[in-house]
Amino acid sequence: MPEEQSVKIAVRGLTKVFGDEPERALELLRQGETKQTILERTGQAVGVADASFDVYEGEILVVMGLSGSGKSSLIRCLNRLNEPTCGEILIDGQDIVGLDHRALLEVRRRKFGMVFQHFALFPHRTIRENVEYGLEIQGMAPEARAEKALVALRQVGLEGWENATPGQLSGGMQQRVGLARALAVDPDVLLMDEAFSALDPLIRRDMQQELVALQNRMQKTIVFITHDLDEALFLGNRIILMKDARIEQVGSAEDILSNPATAYVERFVAEVDKTKVLTAGAVMRRARTVAFTTDGPRTVLRKMEDEDLNVLCVVEGDFRLRGIVRDETALAAVQRGARSIQDIIEPGIEPVSPETPVRDLFGPLAAGPLPAPVIDEAGRLKGIVVRASLLQGLAEAGLANGNGSVEPETPEAPASEPSATEEHAA
Amino acid sequence: MIEIPRLPLADWIDAGLDVLTDQFATATKIVSNLMETGIEGAVETLMWLPPWASILLISLLAWRLAGARTAVLALLGLGLLWNLGLWEPTLQTLVLVLIATLIAVLIGAPLGILAALSPTAYRIVFPVLDFMQTMPAFVYLIPAIPFFGLGPVAAVFSTVIFAMPPAIRLTTLGIRQVPADLVEAADAFGSTRWQKLAKVQLPLAVPTIMAGINQTIMLALSMVVIAAMIGAQGLGGEVWRAIQRNEAGMGFEAGLAVVILAMVLDRITQGIGRRNPSRAG
Ligand SMILES: Nc1ncnc2c1ncn2[C@@H]1O[C@H](COP(=O)(O)OP(=O)(O)O)[C@@H](O)[C@H]1O
Ligand SMILES: [Mg+2]
Repeated sequence: MPEEQSVKIAVRGLTKVFGDEPERALELLRQGETKQTILERTGQAVGVADASFDVYEGEILVVMGLSGSGKSSLIRCLNRLNEPTCGEILIDGQDIVGLDHRALLEVRRRKFGMVFQHFALFPHRTIRENVEYGLEIQGMAPEARAEKALVALRQVGLEGWENATPGQLSGGMQQRVGLARALAVDPDVLLMDEAFSALDPLIRRDMQQELVALQNRMQKTIVFITHDLDEALFLGNRIILMKDARIEQVGSAEDILSNPATAYVERFVAEVDKTKVLTAGAVMRRARTVAFTTDGPRTVLRKMEDEDLNVLCVVEGDFRLRGIVRDETALAAVQRGARSIQDIIEPGIEPVSPETPVRDLFGPLAAGPLPAPVIDEAGRLKGIVVRASLLQGLAEAGLANGNGSVEPETPEAPASEPSATEEHAA
Repeated sequence: MIEIPRLPLADWIDAGLDVLTDQFATATKIVSNLMETGIEGAVETLMWLPPWASILLISLLAWRLAGARTAVLALLGLGLLWNLGLWEPTLQTLVLVLIATLIAVLIGAPLGILAALSPTAYRIVFPVLDFMQTMPAFVYLIPAIPFFGLGPVAAVFSTVIFAMPPAIRLTTLGIRQVPADLVEAADAFGSTRWQKLAKVQLPLAVPTIMAGINQTIMLALSMVVIAAMIGAQGLGGEVWRAIQRNEAGMGFEAGLAVVILAMVLDRITQGIGRRNPSRAG
């Protein structure tokens, strides 16, 4: 959990004013004026106002907010694509705001990889040359950087496309290249500004899952920007909510959903739930570990131990779902000396299709600690929906807001129920 | 009645030019001599090849750079010029055009880059370009003479001035229209200004810059013809002679030669631009 980890980036009092008289805007900001007033009175556009937060090593920090709320202005300050008007940005304890041009280039080269909303691939370079770009400008020898580019392309599943040009790739593939280009320089921090917003929903979901998997593997620190609450909830270890250039709330997905700090956050949350019917496919997680019908109870127990789970889905060799198996019954089977898990497979929760609205899952999931399996038409396991705190939060927001009014203190909000809800792989 | 005296603008400019020619007389004389030797040498070298061989070579080049149609055009068109006995003046014109274009691009492209990257340079360069482009072409011939004397060098000088604006303009345009997020990507990875220019901005500006060079060549051709008035030889010289002797037919032949040369040069440079659809890496 992020709380135990060290601070990678510390941002203190960061303000960004666009315009030629930032002093006047700063003065008004100190007096507590809003962005709109300042724009009307001085013509200065406030991008970010007095933002302070930490980014922890190895977390995905999501910055969320409506369009124009200052998310891009904020993330672009972190590598000084935007020159901060005032404030401090400490990266590994070093304030980068005062750095001269040379030192800044060095920070950009060593510490950051950036992924852009519209990919921003170089059309005149092949995929390999695109991925090599960061290494090339660092002066790395051609063979060495070709090798690293290949590794990065492998990580995003694009091996074999080295010699294609960006124009030959689909949007999803182009953004994989964008990601590979950022990963190739092996940066400490990935900056992703609406990186998946231009992709269509299914591909977007895939990319989100892959990003989470990648982050689990590589332990990168990621600052991810989105205007989409679902995406924020799915990706974010912590979420920063921005409005009109100011940070409204910083917290975990659960904090934001169950204790909206301001009326704005409440409305944001309610808005999203009202306007969007979440489906099982949209909230499911990949079932990273499964039991096969041919497994013995010892194997199953070991898989559970490795992943710290107490329930596994059981599938055939072709991933068709058979049911679930629990740790207690597996343990009992071992003690009995059983060689197979065939006898201890339980039906579990009725499997659903990816199109099923999540509302239909609230009941079954609330009844116990079991995951709801999501299967395709052929009955193959696609993922699981777990009764994570996230979902309960969503349920509260959704139910509480039946006729437009928001009621944050839902009676028995089980905000921090212990880890029966944690059998998901994430 | 108040009488406003006439501004002696012409006198001032003459005086200024006098000073300049005095100051730089030696320098311009040296440049002039060197260049004249160069131009003559180039024409002689080209004349040393038999015309059919030159025509074949040019057609081959056209084929490689711009495809079969342009090759056929070059073969037939240039063959016709040879047949009309206009091969030598055609070569003279071609050499003047190429030299003037080369100089115009060597000066224009860096200026264009500068204007693209520095707002101050932009504010200085672009009004000057507007001025240069609205000034009638003939006017550039006059100051060329005191500097370089009558002859091909003065012709090249005024041609460079006349033909340079598109090379500058389109270089600036090409760089400025590189999508902002690509430039930002280059910045985000820590590119130096020079790396950004060499690896992202210039390669992506190549098609636009090529369009500018194409325009420069066309302008250079038209100016080199006009420059016959100050002693440039070549096809313009033929036209000029035809005017003086009132020989409409000969004038038409020389004019046709200019058109053919223009078409061949235009197709070949456009072909280069197309061959290079921002894939320079
Ligand atoms: N280069 C700029 N010049 C002037 N104003 C800008 C510039 N970039 C952003 N802004 C202003 O800053 C505010 C925040 O924009 P932005 O950070 O792009 O928001 P978001 O990414 O959340 O959509 C907007 O009001 C926008 O008009
Ligand atoms: Mg944005």
